[in-house]
Amino acid sequence: MKDAKSQAKNAPPGRQGGLNAEIQARIGHQLRAMYDDVVRQGVPDRFAELVRKLDTPTAAHQINAEGGSGPSGGGGANNQEDGRD
Amino acid sequence: MPLTDALRDDILATVPSLRAFAISLSGSGDRADDLVQETLLRALANIDSFQPGSNLPAWLFTILRNLFRSDYRKRRREVEDAEGNYAKTLKTQPSQGAHLEFEEFRTALEKLPQDQREALILVGASGFSYEDAATICGCAVGTIKSRVNRARSKLAALLYVDGAEDFGPDETVRAVIGGNG
Repeated sequence: MKDAKSQAKNAPPGRQGGLNAEIQARIGHQLRAMYDDVVRQGVPDRFAELVRKLDTPTAAHQINAEGGSGPSGGGGANNQEDGRD
Repeated sequence: MPLTDALRDDILATVPSLRAFAISLSGSGDRADDLVQETLLRALANIDSFQPGSNLPAWLFTILRNLFRSDYRKRRREVEDAEGNYAKTLKTQPSQGAHLEFEEFRTALEKLPQDQREALILVGASGFSYEDAATICGCAVGTIKSRVNRARSKLAALLYVDGAEDFGPDETVRAVIGGNG
């Protein structure tokens, strides 16, 4: 991460408004650095316990009944509003 | 499929990435972990509907994304206020070189429309294919591609074009001259 940052400081900024390869690479690198920062934290205990201890699906059914559509394995019907842009 | 130990392990293996996705979406660690917890409960409750052999991370990400969407609609105003305050906090922090650049990136990411932000994260950070990202977001593959492209263009404009002077030598020169005057 430090390497990329010093590179970013030294690199000439793109002024032409287009997306040159170097800017693309910088964005990609920073995006992954930010993401991997969290990934490296591993699995918090609360989630490990939750997944290991919940024995049968029935225990969680009440939560599912509270609202919204359950997972459907694919995009749910409630994704349809996305076509706007 | 039944909730086997192997499946539990696979679900747990996806948790770090689910958290990263949730934080990227919501911008808040606490809220992100609530979102992950709800996702896991929802997934375990509906594990029967998971098709063995299909893409487990994509299935879990779909649940999380849908939960975030329904939650977001309810709390839109609240979230926007929180993001505004977060951005203000960042601006008042002392400049710390690399750290500042990292925060600038995060702030720029939060300025993207949500559709574009999630597409960029799924493809550019989570490592999903365009096809999987399209499944997760419930839209066409072409839509994902165009959202990712627009997200990259907008980030570039926010970070590296409009603010180009911040990174260039001019500012240093001006600072030196200004220091003497």
